[in-house]
Amino acid sequence: MTWIGWAQILAFSIVVLLVTKPIGIYITRVYDGSLHYLGRAERVIYRVCGIDPSENQHWLDYLIAMLLFSAVSMLATYAALRAQGHLPLDPQHLPGIVDRQAFETAASFTTNTNWQSYAGETTMSYLSQMMQLAFHNFASAAVGMCVAAALVRGIANRSAGRLGNFWTDLVRGVIYIFIPGAIVLALLFVQQGVLQNLKPYLTVGTIEGAKQVLAMGPVASQEAIKQLGTNGGGFFNANAAHPFENPTPWTNFLQMVAIFIVPAGATYWFGRAVRHQKHGWALWTAMFIMFIGGAAVTYRFEAAGNPMHAAEGVDVHAASGRMAQSGGNMEGKEVRFGIAASALYATVTTDASCGAVNAMNDSFTPLGGLVPIVNMQLGELIFGGVGAGLYGMLNMVILTVFIAGLMVGRTPEYLGKKIQSRELRMVMLYVLAAPIIVLGMTAIATVLPAGLAGRGNTGPHGLSEILYAFTSTFANNGSAFAGLTSSTYFYNTTLGIAMLLGRFVLIVPVLALAGFLSERKIIGESAGSFPVDTPLFVLLLIGVILIVGALTFFPVLSLGPIVEHFLMHAGRVF
Amino acid sequence: MIRRHLWPAISMTIVLMIVTGLAYPLVVTGIAQLLFPRQANGSLVTRDGRAIGSRLIGQQFSESRYFHSRPSAAGSGYDPLASGGTNRGPTDRKLADTMIAGAIDSVVARDGAHRGSIPADLVTSSASGLDPDISPASAAIQVARVARARNADSATVAAILAAHVQARQLWILGEPRVNVLSLNLALDSAFAHH
Repeated sequence: MTWIGWAQILAFSIVVLLVTKPIGIYITRVYDGSLHYLGRAERVIYRVCGIDPSENQHWLDYLIAMLLFSAVSMLATYAALRAQGHLPLDPQHLPGIVDRQAFETAASFTTNTNWQSYAGETTMSYLSQMMQLAFHNFASAAVGMCVAAALVRGIANRSAGRLGNFWTDLVRGVIYIFIPGAIVLALLFVQQGVLQNLKPYLTVGTIEGAKQVLAMGPVASQEAIKQLGTNGGGFFNANAAHPFENPTPWTNFLQMVAIFIVPAGATYWFGRAVRHQKHGWALWTAMFIMFIGGAAVTYRFEAAGNPMHAAEGVDVHAASGRMAQSGGNMEGKEVRFGIAASALYATVTTDASCGAVNAMNDSFTPLGGLVPIVNMQLGELIFGGVGAGLYGMLNMVILTVFIAGLMVGRTPEYLGKKIQSRELRMVMLYVLAAPIIVLGMTAIATVLPAGLAGRGNTGPHGLSEILYAFTSTFANNGSAFAGLTSSTYFYNTTLGIAMLLGRFVLIVPVLALAGFLSERKIIGESAGSFPVDTPLFVLLLIGVILIVGALTFFPVLSLGPIVEHFLMHAGRVF
Repeated sequence: MIRRHLWPAISMTIVLMIVTGLAYPLVVTGIAQLLFPRQANGSLVTRDGRAIGSRLIGQQFSESRYFHSRPSAAGSGYDPLASGGTNRGPTDRKLADTMIAGAIDSVVARDGAHRGSIPADLVTSSASGLDPDISPASAAIQVARVARARNADSATVAAILAAHVQARQLWILGEPRVNVLSLNLALDSAFAHH
């Protein structure tokens, strides 16, 4: 580890802290309807789509609108991917995509997961990249924000189950947050060298006379929304490790900020909406503590490197000056990012449900690779996906408040509303879905030949690959231990289902919870209310999150990355 | 209730596909081509009027008069149509015993490097398989061999190398690095007579 490495992590933390409030205020104004500078565009869209923007929907209405939009847009993408060969903007004449992969990809982008079992440069036409995948990057991000907005309103107001208007929330998220942000970000990326063209691939003769085919495409426009919407699907197979997606340390830094900017701002938005700004900052602090802990662990173990490689002659010590080098575990990492920026990126991308990678997580040291898995297993709430991070965290907050209430023997209340069995049932559904689905599907894959056949590594690391896949898809993250060959019937199907469950099985109880809470009257806080803005609350919240996560996943983690750590130090290979 | 939302769902999908899937990327393409045409089209490097690659995409070098890039898992090496890493884990036998051990052997044989002081990046595969850079240390241990192959003075080659070390961005971001393609092109133009 080097002080400059830590300085990068510190600089990133400071920027995230500084953007939280301004972005939070902006998000507040998007969803309370007080921003109007694109009012004309909004009204045109509502008229075309036959939407009454003044309608205030009941939570069931809101839910059905959300599910229908997701279903229709997923089917449209499935059809477009199947028909790719007959559609324009396909200079490489790439054919249609096979059924199982088109299903999985449509599910993947609709659910904000962006797990990819294909290599973009040899699979997707420019039209598919733009009109299907980039479109879903916008839409799925905005849908996540819609669900968060509904929950925020449910907690903040007493409105008899009415949570706002799904269609206006969707449109406003896209045109006020994601399009303006993505345009600025895309141009910053292009300035540094990210591609943005519609040209056919370019064949060049290298210095030594070999032939090299340079893949082209509208990369920056996709890269920008991929980070800002915490989507994570790469234009190219190597994702953000590809120099045409992420050419410099500066673009790398911008990408990490773009991943955290909306989720961090969302905590401020929440605090403002419930008129309890210190509570918003308490959530931010809990997220930040878990983020920095993960970053430190990953950096520590990646910088230490692999003792077996050191024994063979690799110098794993970082050096500066004329003989500068990163040291550590450079397998699957890029020189321009080195150890610190790769470890930080892996932490950020799995804290938020982004899933973009600038290094190959599969080649991380066992404990360096453990952190991304744990981040996802905690429920993508360390800042988390856009919208999804906030509603995931609020579920755990309600659980924490409930536990605190039990400890002192009072009816739990949260921000002046009583939490009773109806609400708790929804929270428990949310919390229990992850272990049942992730562990269940992982277990099935480890006993079926079709599941085992996909492993790119054997020994404990093979289990880690399978566990990572189901964790990542259920958590709607999308990063991978990419050694797993997942473009098979078994994995395309099971992972596609895991993504759909991870998105929609969780959203249903969240919207129900929002509806139930909006029916409760606000009784005001009393001396017996558990304060939700103190260090004690932050610690209790982190404790509940870690204990729920640890109780659920520690056994399987001990069979994967943890045992592999000891085997690596004992010099065992598989 | 379902029927009421069906038309908005269909029309919203179409409208947003057009706005975010066509208008947005085309507008960005237009502005990018206007403001940053070189970068938007691949940061191409030309020699004698012919594109010989991209500054951002690494190339395979095997001749001793050139600095060599890192091992690459992209296709048969630096194939931009097959970007990616080895995805081999920390306890993978082939990674430890064959790939890294083999890369170390060849660096030792080729450049006379000492075991124990081999820069980590020089014997490991990058994430993209297209890494255009090596660390300054990985370049430095190749100087003597490159100079020998070009019948040149080591100090001259070292000076060209020193001029090609890129510092961190904004003082702290990333790592110092050497773009292998640019360095080798500079060598070719400095010793134009081979």
